[in-house]
Amino acid sequence: MNILIMGCGRLGARVAAQLDEAGHNVTVLDTNPGSFRRLPETFRGERAVGNGMDGPTLERAGIQSADAFMAVTQGDNRNYFASQMAREVYGVKRVLCRIYDPVREQMFREMGLETFSPTSIGAQIMVDMLLGENSARSS
Amino acid sequence: MYVVITGGGKVGYYLAQELLNDNHEVLIIERDANRAAAISEDLGESVINGDGCEATTLDAAGVARADLVAAVTGDDEDNLVVCEIARRRGVPRTIARINNPKNELLFKKRGIETTISATQAILGQIEQELPTYDMIPLLQLHSGLELVEIKLPETSPVAGRSVREVLLPPESLISLVVDPGGVPRIPSGDTRLNAGDALVVVTQRESTALLREALIGSTHGLDT
Repeated sequence: MNILIMGCGRLGARVAAQLDEAGHNVTVLDTNPGSFRRLPETFRGERAVGNGMDGPTLERAGIQSADAFMAVTQGDNRNYFASQMAREVYGVKRVLCRIYDPVREQMFREMGLETFSPTSIGAQIMVDMLLGENSARSS
Repeated sequence: MYVVITGGGKVGYYLAQELLNDNHEVLIIERDANRAAAISEDLGESVINGDGCEATTLDAAGVARADLVAAVTGDDEDNLVVCEIARRRGVPRTIARINNPKNELLFKKRGIETTISATQAILGQIEQELPTYDMIPLLQLHSGLELVEIKLPETSPVAGRSVREVLLPPESLISLVVDPGGVPRIPSGDTRLNAGDALVVVTQRESTALLREALIGSTHGLDT
């Protein structure tokens, strides 16, 4: 699978490394070339520098042949915007999107994006940890 | 009319001022607390400090009863999100400012029809004022003939017609058609001309104005 990941932060780099390890064709896009240092030395994928909210930049990073797009920058609105570009303009089949704000995450999911909120997931895990429910899963 | 404006920069501020002068009810949502305080010194109650991209802020602003939401921050992604939330809250009209003109397509695809791009507007003016860019003299030939290149605009009267149907000035000949993909073709009478095609035309030097009118159409200030 050709996978384009926008944002090479901790999450982006980790997802990129795992998918690369699993044998997929991975391209990571980030505005700051310094952030590629988070990728392991064994990473065989492409590194592209640029702002993913711009059509020509996405094209340079290979969005036209991407089977999946993941938006994992720090900005919720940036992730949403780029995800909609990937879906509406470039017709990418799978578009995954991280949204910190649970309210917006819910809304964007209702609009048809595959979203997740680390905030709501993290909150649930911490509550479960403290109260001991589902402790088998979280330990 | 009740208008909610997100973004209290220069665009949002002056827009609010004009609307208030016309006796509309206006509320600016500005993320920066200092900027919001500065605006409220001028416009009083017509500003709140908050993030317009958050549904809770928009709800606190009473967006559900707004007749119009204008998203005019300097960030296209924020403007898109504001318009999307507003629409889901039932606001009948949303207007988005677009900073990168290339983003207009996405806004249209998301159903946000009214978009304003200052960059696009200025570009439009420049292109209107420099219509001669459409016709480039390439080469002077002997006996008063000249070789020119003409790029057919969207508004060209010959777009969609075949070469046979085109009425050219005397002693003029379309000698080459290059399509937008860069493929050159020697035209026959059946060759269809399309907007975006570049034509290389041989013409009499004194006929260039007529040629331009035939292929590009009349333009302001040139043919009159």
